[in-house]
Amino acid sequence: MKAVITNKLTKKFGDFIATNAITFEVEEGEIFGFLGANGAGKTTAMRMLCGLLTPSSGEAQVAGFDVYTQTEKIKQNIGYMSQKFSLYEDLTIRENIKFYGGIYGLRLADINDKTAGILEKLQLQNVADALTASLPLGWKQKLAFSVAMLHQPKVVFLDEPTGGVDPITRRQFWEMIYEAASRGTTIFVTTHYMDEAEYCNRVSIMVDGKIQALDTPKGLKETYRVDSMDGVFQILARGTSTK
Amino acid sequence: MKRFLAFVKKEFFHILRDRRTLLILFGLPFVQVLLFGFALSNEIKNANIAILDNDKSLHTQQITARLLSSGYFQVYQNLSSYKEIDQTFRKGVIKMVVVFPTQFSYDYEHGRTAQIQIIADASEQNTAISLTNYASAIIQSYTTSVAGSIAPMYIDVNTRMVFNPELKGAFVFVPGVMTLVLLLVSAMMTSVTIAREKEMGTMEVLFVSPLSQWQIILGKVIPYLALSFVNGCVILILGVFLLELPMNGNLLLLLLETLLFIFLALSIGVFISSLTDSQLVAMFASMVIMLLPTIFLSGFIFPIESMPKGLQVISNVIPAKYFIRIVKNIMIKGIGMKAVALDTLVLAAMALFFIGLSIRNLKTHLA
Repeated sequence: MKAVITNKLTKKFGDFIATNAITFEVEEGEIFGFLGANGAGKTTAMRMLCGLLTPSSGEAQVAGFDVYTQTEKIKQNIGYMSQKFSLYEDLTIRENIKFYGGIYGLRLADINDKTAGILEKLQLQNVADALTASLPLGWKQKLAFSVAMLHQPKVVFLDEPTGGVDPITRRQFWEMIYEAASRGTTIFVTTHYMDEAEYCNRVSIMVDGKIQALDTPKGLKETYRVDSMDGVFQILARGTSTK
Repeated sequence: MKRFLAFVKKEFFHILRDRRTLLILFGLPFVQVLLFGFALSNEIKNANIAILDNDKSLHTQQITARLLSSGYFQVYQNLSSYKEIDQTFRKGVIKMVVVFPTQFSYDYEHGRTAQIQIIADASEQNTAISLTNYASAIIQSYTTSVAGSIAPMYIDVNTRMVFNPELKGAFVFVPGVMTLVLLLVSAMMTSVTIAREKEMGTMEVLFVSPLSQWQIILGKVIPYLALSFVNGCVILILGVFLLELPMNGNLLLLLLETLLFIFLALSIGVFISSLTDSQLVAMFASMVIMLLPTIFLSGFIFPIESMPKGLQVISNVIPAKYFIRIVKNIMIKGIGMKAVALDTLVLAAMALFFIGLSIRNLKTHLA
């Protein structure tokens, strides 16, 4: 079963076509990079797949469920982390984890186990009862990712998860992503950082609401005869070459 | 249900963590009730007056004694000539002068129209009106209490106060304060808390979660429903025990009406937050579209009957108008269900209207 399938998925806002008949498939356990300049339609596409927006036309399935009729099933099977910090700053770290466990309907014993697991993994045991606001940004993002994975979703959507985070923490963050993918979770990630695009199994690049390219990073670099993803992006998204 | 409880629990964390808001929430009713009940009431106690008694008779002494024993007045100065009246006023201490003419008791005892002149400092017009009303009423009561006399004095007092014969300010203000605090807590707080989730980006995460839209909205609303209800009760208790407000009607009915009004205020709050993503806008909108009209157009401070026609029409869409009337009807007049049924119906209709609108708005706006 594919993790995500779309067929001519389109979203219009009045006359403006934000996402123009995009068609792609994402394999189970794949790390799928979703690239594009600001305003290219990435966020709109992602929101349709998460059930936040109803498509104007076209078809899509997430984790085997239809985006028109089975949004409740989709919600139970996906995780989501936005570019904005998605935890509550005025709750403690432990309370945040328990809250998300609670709204995803996990059993209390499971919640307690997972909470202990996350705290240990991120080495946050000593500050578990401190307000989340007191954590540095990098730690917050790692915590937010762990929380998004709490209910073991089949697909997790990450909307620019590493924005504003330092390189070392970004590296650690990607290690967490790899680990999740190796356990079978499909990762659907948007990013601004081209070095991160290199980490993905496959990458799609959106320009003006359409998918202009979709391949492995290696394949893309060969096709466009450049030696970095940045070069590919320059050619496609900006219509210019760095060379 | 378990998911929903987890959500409600989180809301309580938000509220309890925010000490400043909490202080405002629970301090507000106290301060407001005390302010409006005592300091800002239009009731006047121990106003300084001067008396110019040119007659110096038994009648004038008895009338003076009655004025003083009412508690509204105290003699600042006894004057001996007309010239002094102006001088004394200019000092700014006295609010009113009572003048008995020389032939007062002669006229009185010979069946002619005896006259008393009351001069009030109208730079504070409301005070002046109240004081002259008090004085007139007291003097009138003297003439009727003197056996056998047929009220020969000419004083044109035509007012008759029902339900609040002593014109107690608290009677007028407490229902208003209660309305205001409930609106403030329920509507403003809810609109701000939902706007905050949108502003922080956590609302998106909630919408992606399996929580339904209803659960999110109700989860936001229920903690404030509880808080507001506690607040309403505090105000009632303060009103009844501290300001000696009567509780003539059915307490249960009053509490039910209070719940209905809180629900309406909450639905307005949800409605406001469905229109905006910013806490600041939500707060400002709550102020402009609720607090100010409530204070000025609901009959809280200014009587609706004395407003220009246009404003009277507008006052019909102010929810507080109906609730204030309900509270007064139940508490002070002690009338029941039937008399408040129409107002109740209006409030319920308003609540349904706003909830309906916001459910339609909330999700589409987020997208």
